[in-house]
Amino acid sequence: MLNSYFKSSVTAAFLLTFILNAFNINAQSIADEANSVHGYFQIDAQYYKPDTLIGAPPVPEKMLSNAFGNINYTKGKFSAGVRYEAYNNVMQGFDTRYKGQGITNRFARYQDQLLDITIGNIYEQFGSGLIFRTYYEPGLLFDNSLDGIRVISNPVRGLTLKGLVGKQRSFFTVGPGIVRGFDGELNINEALDSLAKNIKTKVILGGSFVSKNQSSQNPDFVMPENVGAYGGRMNIMRGGFNFFAEYAQKENDPSAANYASIGGKNYYSYQQGDAMFLSTSYATKGFSILLQAKRIDNMSFRSDRDATLQNLLINFLPATTKQHTYLMPAFSPYATQPTGEVGGMAEIQFKVPKGSALGGKYGMDITLNASQANLLKPININDSTTTSKLYRTNYEEAGSELYHDFFIEITKKFSKKFKGTFMFANQFNNINIVQHNTPKGPYKNVLANIEVIDLTYKYKGNSAIRMELQGMQRDNSDTLNLGSWVVGLIEWTPNTHIFVAAIDQYNYGNPVASLRLHYVYFSAGYTSGPHRISLSYGKQRAGIFCVGGVCRVVPASNGFAISITSSF
Amino acid sequence: MKKIILALLVVTAFAFTSSRGDGDKIPASIVKKLDGTKVNTNTFSNGGKPIIISFWATWCKPCKKELDAIQENYADWTKETGVKLIAISIDDARSAGKVVTDVKSKGWEYEVYIDENSDFKRAMNVNNVPHTFLVDGSGKIVWSHNSYTEGDEDALYENVKKLAKGEALSH
Repeated sequence: MLNSYFKSSVTAAFLLTFILNAFNINAQSIADEANSVHGYFQIDAQYYKPDTLIGAPPVPEKMLSNAFGNINYTKGKFSAGVRYEAYNNVMQGFDTRYKGQGITNRFARYQDQLLDITIGNIYEQFGSGLIFRTYYEPGLLFDNSLDGIRVISNPVRGLTLKGLVGKQRSFFTVGPGIVRGFDGELNINEALDSLAKNIKTKVILGGSFVSKNQSSQNPDFVMPENVGAYGGRMNIMRGGFNFFAEYAQKENDPSAANYASIGGKNYYSYQQGDAMFLSTSYATKGFSILLQAKRIDNMSFRSDRDATLQNLLINFLPATTKQHTYLMPAFSPYATQPTGEVGGMAEIQFKVPKGSALGGKYGMDITLNASQANLLKPININDSTTTSKLYRTNYEEAGSELYHDFFIEITKKFSKKFKGTFMFANQFNNINIVQHNTPKGPYKNVLANIEVIDLTYKYKGNSAIRMELQGMQRDNSDTLNLGSWVVGLIEWTPNTHIFVAAIDQYNYGNPVASLRLHYVYFSAGYTSGPHRISLSYGKQRAGIFCVGGVCRVVPASNGFAISITSSF
Repeated sequence: MKKIILALLVVTAFAFTSSRGDGDKIPASIVKKLDGTKVNTNTFSNGGKPIIISFWATWCKPCKKELDAIQENYADWTKETGVKLIAISIDDARSAGKVVTDVKSKGWEYEVYIDENSDFKRAMNVNNVPHTFLVDGSGKIVWSHNSYTEGDEDALYENVKKLAKGEALSH
């Protein structure tokens, strides 16, 4: 497995070296252009202590580490890059199929006004990604890059055409399926150029087609070897108004992740998939309103029909819920349900002006946000053929509630030295489906009230002390969901280089008295320009963790950790 | 074997590199203006005056604190040094719709672009946000800083003032 990817790495590496050298010797046209080499390194290592109370398992290796380095070379219109990744062994909370080390990404690219060609690992997105998006998120170890060829062309002003073909990265190899895609986008105002100068309404139209191919030897089912997906999108803007709509359809795609659940058992569904995403907003200075709606049915689209979890996804289905970074509101985050969901979000933001009674000397920012997601309401189809769609849905009806989040946030500066953020949220989460994908699982639904106070005091120019106090009240009789919490955080930044922080997460409401534990965690770091080193010690819960000005996703653990990042 | 290949690549890349590190031009990437128009990042300019490039996201608290803090003095900064701030949002489709509403309701007067699939972010070797760069009057990237803590904006402005006067910077 590793070998096949490695062979292609070697081929590409030689190709790349050859191209680079060819340019070095022959390409006089760009010989005068300045060279540049840039890179980024990140090393994370943790020493683990087993902790049966918080559920941190013993780690046989004692210490685990994740590391990667990117190096990019640019000379005029030419660029190339490699990424080396090493997992010895991969840290807790990540997929253990990240094992060992190697070159996981390499590309060469030439771009000018007319053509932009890339070979190697490609990151691309069509529209909002409903049928195609490849991207890299090192904090989550998510990388579904397309290893292949991409051509982008702008034949006339305002028109962008993209075509690509390849296979997707899967850990240290590539997935079995071939992915082919085409996208066109037309910015009508740009295309009309001078004619459209006085037209205030701006319109952008786009359309795309993506198809995957994977052979099948399944003796029981006729699996489609080619699955196509197509989508169209439209963006209309005028003044402060912005309207975006995208709709996509996918042909029948029975796969491990596209199933229908009947009587507690999962079956392949030959149902087509479809997805709709609408976003409309109005914004003016000091006031904005945003409305989003989304409906997804059977839209897990992967280049391997047996892939599950986050592996080999071709498309991206954005969650239309608020993305929280404070610990408690982010405790039970929402995840899009590709098999079927309908939901939406409304957000109003405004600034209470300076000088008003409420706004005071510096003004005050207020955000109101409400989001909700529900299941679809599947209607079973009585069809016992091997290519049954199993169910159908309609647009009028929604199923039971999966998640809601209503919140208000107020940010106010009281004086030159003192400012604060205050937040209240009410959240509902169907933990069984949203987090464990088991409709009949053992978890109870969670309803929580959450409060956050975040105060910053600045002194002596660039020194500051920041304090957070958070509370989350939940049903305390529910043993699996751990009950209620309170969090205290203090962070001291004596100057722009150093930070020191301590945090205590206290599970005071745990239904089991002996598990009412304090999760205490200390961290300190040093930043100098693009270089940063941080050390931490203590117990951590899983979640998005933001300290010292940087947010990252960190798994649960107990022990000592070091993180070094550097770019040049 | 793999290590040899990597070493080979690195050496090859460095072998024909005359100048490296700070002082390079802004790399070419396509980003989108808030009205959807595509712009090549290598065309960013400010008529010989310094540019601040700040990578941020609508879900990133420290990023928004930094941009809020700069906004308070932005009028003075531009008057005194001619500096311009270019804010690059790395929001993906989930939150890209929120960029325009955040920018307007917060009253930010920056030039804002959306880097929806992180092409520019990768080209600039940014991993975590906030990440801030300074570009001098001749278009060269001369300084960068990762993360934000209270008061960082003052240190940033000291560097902007030096740049405006044509002095060398230190981290």
